[in-house]
Amino acid sequence: MTDWRTLGTVAVIALITALLRFLPFWIFRNSERIPRIVKKLSKLLPFAVMGMLVVYCVRGLHFASLSGFLPTLIACAVVGVLYVWRRNTLLSILCGTLCYMLLVQLVF
Amino acid sequence: MKQTFKAACIDTLPVLTGYLVLGFGFGMILRSAGYGILLAFLMSLLIYAGSMQYVAVGLLSGGASLITVALTTLMVNARHLFYGISMLEPYKGTGKKKPYLIFALTDETYSLLCTDNPAIPPEQKNHYRLFVSLLNHLYWVSGSVAGAVAGTLIPFNSEGIDFALTALFLTIFLEQWLSNKRHTPAVIGVAVSLLCLLLFGSEHFLIPAMLIMTLLLCLYREEAQHD
Repeated sequence: MTDWRTLGTVAVIALITALLRFLPFWIFRNSERIPRIVKKLSKLLPFAVMGMLVVYCVRGLHFASLSGFLPTLIACAVVGVLYVWRRNTLLSILCGTLCYMLLVQLVF
Repeated sequence: MKQTFKAACIDTLPVLTGYLVLGFGFGMILRSAGYGILLAFLMSLLIYAGSMQYVAVGLLSGGASLITVALTTLMVNARHLFYGISMLEPYKGTGKKKPYLIFALTDETYSLLCTDNPAIPPEQKNHYRLFVSLLNHLYWVSGSVAGAVAGTLIPFNSEGIDFALTALFLTIFLEQWLSNKRHTPAVIGVAVSLLCLLLFGSEHFLIPAMLIMTLLLCLYREEAQHD
């Protein structure tokens, strides 16, 4: 079922995604002309954006029922506590994900 | 170089689990919508943007016009503009690797590369960036193809396994928090995003959140100079 319309759709998505990724580098291609404010932003944005991505991941939570937020909240707490305690990324992710899967499949 | 590759393998392990699972899910959904393995491979190779590819399945099977497709892509992937801005400096001296590094800058690759890994010696940094980008791309394509091959025949209940990526972002956020004294940018990120989520709803909050965040961070710079 791979026809021209399908390929056209894929091409448009690929081109626009690439355009968005390349645009900042193209606009500021002369490194001497990068304004100071953009340089500063480039240092500060990573911290703010990670916070935003965490919020983005939990955007679907709803508080009408326990199952709407409790599994995510508990699993995030597991990840957080484990990480602060052991500082081991892989351990936190494995335990948190396992915990979340058990909660959504068996408990809620 | 060998050690750099090893470090990249270890550091990308969380992305390996996340991407195999999410890629697998994408492949399965695409297959069940009636498309083939080759399309799953091509999309993951050429688009290489997780959430957009999930959205794309709906666009493909729903018969959306190319204009709709273009606008949707702009909205869903606009955040990549911000990743680019924050990688301008780090990617400055990357030479021939630069086009690929920019192309492969996904949420997860960005999250691994936006702050320098102190264990990597300066002369190995560009190799490290390339290895991380290539490995993540490989995981994503492999997951998608495997998912498309397996189709819907998997008896294993994988509900909830996508939490792996939430957990990845959360650990990176915590690591940044614990290893830095200044917390204001992180607090701005969380607070502004939550506020915008409440105001604009879950489908439309990213762009206003990024604009307000950027504005506040510009002001923060002025304040920091008075310290």
